[in-house]
Order: sequence, then C-alpha cells, then structure tokens
Amino acid sequence: MKQFKGRVIAAGEVTAPALVSHGGLNTLASFQKALQFGDKKATCGDQNNPDLYGKQMVGTALCLPQTIGSTTGGMVLYCACAMKRQPACMLFSKPIDSLAAAGAVLADVWVDDVTMPVIDSLGEEFLDYVKDGMRITVDLDGTVTVEE
Amino acid sequence: MAILLNEEQQAILAGSKGETMAKVMRTMIQYGEIFGAERMVPVTSKYNHLVTSFGLKAMTAVYELMDKIIAAGVASEQKFTVDPRPLDKNVPATLLQKAIFNLAMYTKQDEYEAQLKKLGLLDDKSFTCTCYMDEVGNKPAYGEVLSWAESSAVVYANSVLGARCNRNSGIIDIMGSIVGYVPEFGLLTDEGRRAKWVVRINTEKKPEAQLLGSAIGMKVMEDVPYVIGLDKWIGNELDDAACTYLKDFGAATASNGAVGLYHIDGLTPEAREFGESLILEGAQEYVIDDAELERVKASYPVIWKNKNAKPKLCFMGCPHMSLEQLKSWTVKVEEGLKAAGNKKVVIPTVFTASPSVLEAFEATEFAARLKATGVITSYICPLMYMNNPLCKSMPVITSSNKLRTYTSARYYTDDEILVEITKGGKNR
Repeated sequence: MKQFKGRVIAAGEVTAPALVSHGGLNTLASFQKALQFGDKKATCGDQNNPDLYGKQMVGTALCLPQTIGSTTGGMVLYCACAMKRQPACMLFSKPIDSLAAAGAVLADVWVDDVTMPVIDSLGEEFLDYVKDGMRITVDLDGTVTVEE
Repeated sequence: MAILLNEEQQAILAGSKGETMAKVMRTMIQYGEIFGAERMVPVTSKYNHLVTSFGLKAMTAVYELMDKIIAAGVASEQKFTVDPRPLDKNVPATLLQKAIFNLAMYTKQDEYEAQLKKLGLLDDKSFTCTCYMDEVGNKPAYGEVLSWAESSAVVYANSVLGARCNRNSGIIDIMGSIVGYVPEFGLLTDEGRRAKWVVRINTEKKPEAQLLGSAIGMKVMEDVPYVIGLDKWIGNELDDAACTYLKDFGAATASNGAVGLYHIDGLTPEAREFGESLILEGAQEYVIDDAELERVKASYPVIWKNKNAKPKLCFMGCPHMSLEQLKSWTVKVEEGLKAAGNKKVVIPTVFTASPSVLEAFEATEFAARLKATGVITSYICPLMYMNNPLCKSMPVITSSNKLRTYTSARYYTDDEILVEITKGGKNR
C-alpha cells in the first residue's frame, strides 16, 4: 500500500479500480464514440492511446498525467458526467490542464446528481507506481491510497 | 486562493441577475481559482468566438445546458462567430457515409443552429475557425481580452494580433462572454506571456509552416516559445503571406502540443515591442535544422489499414484557407497539372475556407480557374467530416498537421500534396 497527497480540484470520497494512462488522455477521442453510440461503459475509443484503447472507463479511478487534444475536451467531460458515463474519479500526476479543469468545474456546478472527485499534482511517482486494477481510495483532503 | 470580486461581481454571484447567471459566474470563478487567478477581468473584444459548431448527438447535454441559458434570458451582449459547419453536400461522401452523418451523428445540427441564433450568432456566414480574417471581421485588437476556445484561433489572436486569451474549453468560451468576465491567469498576464523556450531556426530552406509548428508544439507542449531566425524566411512585415504562414504554423503548435502563444523575433507584435526581454531566465533551447524537421515528419504514424492505398480524398484548409492561399494554390494546381499533362486533379480535392473568404474568392478571376482544375471549395470542417467512423477508414491526405493529429488523415508537405493531386504519387 502507498499513499500520495495531491491538490483537491473537486472533492469527494470514492474507492475504485485503477485504470492508468501514461500518455495524455485525449478526451474527445476517448469518449466520443461511447457518447455517440450509447456505450454505457464508456469504452475508450482513442486508437492512439495503447494504455486505454478498448478499455471501459466508467467506474474506474482514471490515473493520467494531463488531458490533451481538442479544446472541446472540457465540454466532452461535462457531457460524460451529465450522461453518467464518467470515471469514478480522475487522478492527475501533473497540475491539471485548463481543459480538464473546465470539465471538472462544469460537472461540479451544472450536474446535480453526479460526483467525480478530481485530484491533481500527485507527482510522477504516483503514475510510476499505480497499475491497472489496483484498488484506489480517494479521501476528501486529496489523499490517494493505492493498494495492490 | 480565493478570487477578489468587485461589488458587481459579488452581486452577480449572489443572484442579482438570477440563479443561472450566478451559476455562470460561479463556474468562471471556480475555473480561475484552480489556476491561482486573483481577480476577474472584463472581456473587452467586440465579438466572441465559439468552438462548438456541431449538433452532435453525443453532446446532447450541451444543448440542454444552452436551453437553460436561453430560457433564463442571460444570453451574451457580445455577438459571436463560431467554428465551421460539419456538413456540406458539395464534399464527396458515399450514401452510407451521408446516412451516418445525417441520421446518427449530426442529428442536432438544425436544433443547435437555432440555439446559436438565439444566443447571439453574428450571421449565417459566421461559421469558420478563422474568424480573424479581414473578410470575416472578428479580428481583435492588440491587448483586448477574449473568451475564446478554438485552439487555432486562440494562438493566432494571442501571437499575431497581441490579444489576450487563455486556451479555454468549449462552454467556458460562451460563459465568459455571458457574464462579461474571465479569470486573470496564464496568458492574460504579462508574466504568463513570457517565453520558457528559445527556438532557433537553422534551416537551409524555408521551413514548412505545418511541420515547424508541429516540431515546436511537440517539444514545448503548453509553454511559450520565442522563435529566432524565422523572420529570415517570412520577413518582418505581417503581410498576407506572413499571416497565412503563421495561421498554419500556430495551428500545428496548438494541436501537436498545447501552445497558446508564440513570439516570432522581429515579426509578431510583442516580440517587436519587447524583443528578447520576453525570454525568461533559464529558458530551454531547441535548435531546428532541416534534419530535425525530417526526423519529426518521419515520426508520424500512418494509421491507414493499407499504408500503400491510393488516396481517395485530399483536404486542404484546416484551419480554413485565406484568400491569399486560395489564389496562390490556384496557380500551383494549374502549373502542376500542366507539368503532369493532366487537365483535372487526379484525387478528389477539397479546399476549405470561411463562407466570407469563399465569397470574396468567387469575385476574383481565380475562382473559375480553380473550378476548372476540378478542385472543390467548401466551408466544411474537415475534422468533423473525418469524425464519421466510415471516413476514418478512408485513405485521406492533407497538409494540415491538426487534421493529421486528430484523425486518420495522412500528412504530406504542400509540395508533396501538389504532386499527389496533380500527378498522382508514384512511389507511395
């Protein structure tokens, strides 16, 4: 077991299995197909992301450095939350980028019945340590506990 | 850190303009707090620009949110332009592709365009990613504060026009405009506009704009580069040719990396005003020569199923082409066809530009000449076209590094594209 402390972007408590992307998450490419064609498990559609392509994102603790790609990214994340196809939480090793931040804020302010904790600045060691399927627990103060 | 609000901002947050406007203000404040903004500053541009131009079924939640905003009567006082339309019947598509476009993907297009009109769309010709072209008229002045999100327009406005805008997300763009304030951080501050990278251009020939932008974007990611040595190739005046070059260069920096501002020594407004004092102490250095550009080009993956397939379509104009580009490409295509002994392009080829630029082009002698070569002109967004799953499996070529990055389109330099469309590639 190992603990990491990050900055709270959107507060919440959750426990979920880890899903790890070592490269940036292209939000539009990852979610568009799932949102378009009614995939409730939000299977990642980004062929350029070998870590995530074809894997289900709903209900996972999505661990990533930052998001990349189109500036529709925040809006796509908001849509995923509004359609209840969002990850259980998003855990960023780096400081959050403006697109993911927008998505987190839009979901927090405008979607009433969805909570998606978002923590950033967890450090490179976090992304080096965490592996797919590890059990992740997020606390209100930004503590992230990773269990094998 | 909490943002200090003035009396008006506090009142809006407390609901003086209704619950919906209060939520819009809260959104912008929370967004700014994440990045350490200390205050909200007024949006000062005449017009806004929105990145969301498509009525995509997947984005139903966005249209429901727009309905809430319209119903609350809190539409922006700023009129706006918006990114290009996703559909144009002039662009070649199979019956099946058309069925997916119209029956599965862009089913909300008419509904969304009706919403845009209620929210303040400038006019029916305002669908383009190059809103800053003279023909379109949404060209911010030096120092104006914007609430835009389209990445290629943001980097152009910051770098070439000297306006101030962060790389915002869709929805944030319209919310900043509605409430009239954006949080002051990043590229809105003097410090955030200083360069963390010095890029030295040591090439023996004029670097391809889209390739140079890609190389710099991938290296500096979201940082600000100060580019030395490019004025040797594109001059010291922001004339049509230089602005067109910087449009394509900037779009590549923004899509291959996440650049929101670049300075070109001796050319762009802040570089001319402040020079190398814009470079932060300890800035990293990146030297680009012809070999480096070749290395970057060779690193692009080709994700076509059959890498040797004959291209079925060529897209030029992501971002939309300028009038200068349409004219110069007309001449290039004519000369290429003549040299190859062909009368028409050998691959279906689409040149995209804003409706206003196309209208201006139609008024020139070049329009009929381009039509005679078989090239189709369109106002479409090539990215939106390529989002169709059936288009993704088509071998499409482009000299846009943005289109290459976000889709399965294959990148060629402008010279290579010219050979492909006028003669046909022989050594593919």
